[in-house]
Amino acid sequence: MTLKEFWHRLGSPRWFYQISGPFGWVFGSLAMALLVIGTYWGLAVAPPDYQQGNSFRIIYVHVPSAILAQSAYMLMGAAGLVLLVWRMKLADMVLAATVPFGMSMTALALFTGAVWGKPTWGAWWVWDARTTSMLVLLFLYIGLYALRQAVPRQEAAGRACAVLAVVGVVNIPIIKYSVDWWLTLHQGATFKLTESPSMPPEMWLPLLVNVLGFYCFFGANLVGRLRLEILRREHGTAWVQELMAGGRT
Amino acid sequence: MSFGSLPEFFAMGGHGLYVWLSYGAALLVVFFNAAWVRFARRRYLREAADRTQRSSAAMQAAQETESGRL
Repeated sequence: MTLKEFWHRLGSPRWFYQISGPFGWVFGSLAMALLVIGTYWGLAVAPPDYQQGNSFRIIYVHVPSAILAQSAYMLMGAAGLVLLVWRMKLADMVLAATVPFGMSMTALALFTGAVWGKPTWGAWWVWDARTTSMLVLLFLYIGLYALRQAVPRQEAAGRACAVLAVVGVVNIPIIKYSVDWWLTLHQGATFKLTESPSMPPEMWLPLLVNVLGFYCFFGANLVGRLRLEILRREHGTAWVQELMAGGRT
Repeated sequence: MSFGSLPEFFAMGGHGLYVWLSYGAALLVVFFNAAWVRFARRRYLREAADRTQRSSAAMQAAQETESGRL
């Protein structure tokens, strides 16, 4: 299969539905294993921080959720671009299916950040560059959700959401570099591509495991949501009718 | 192992409230994301099955009244 053929097939919800079933199970099982290992490791095995004590263990849920909130948004931005350029049906479904997941991850990152901020900074919330740009991300997700509900025609709603998703991508580098550009309470990035982590391995290894676990969970969740979205939107087609009649969904 | 006993583990050196609140929220978010897919799918399939059953029953009823008239 050439790349062009693959691209063409990817646009077909039917093809995606037929091949995607096992991916949900594989990602789901991987996520379960990684998250159990990473969480146990981070909560019980990793040593306490010399300044923050045990409250630093919040990092093992805070950083993965913050990373996923942004990765999910980047995926939506890419899907939005694909929808606007190639009018690919599946891209709109990806956009719609990612919104609730990304929104919940952003909310989780903000919540765990607030809970971590109380013992560390002395306040649940500060109007800091990082926290404020994450709050903007949450509003973008809410906006995308509301926009789809508000526009009655599916195609128009999809295009409007795609534009908002693509424009909102500017917020992602702002979140990423907010800790470098502005004077901030928030600490710098734990993982950087060009440098080794500022933490010892017994602290960052469980974090890496949990980040991978969250990514796998996103994969499984997205596959599940997409498959349902495909059944809903393609319910009138012969292949879905056949699938439903045979009970082989 | 970072803790000597189970009560020590739960206390988290005095930061138990913050740590468990965060992990509790994470568990809820993961659980609801996973559960939503499962329940929404099941509900959709059940409703779709009901719809096809209703429409085929209506078709049958229509056919019967038509053959009764003849």
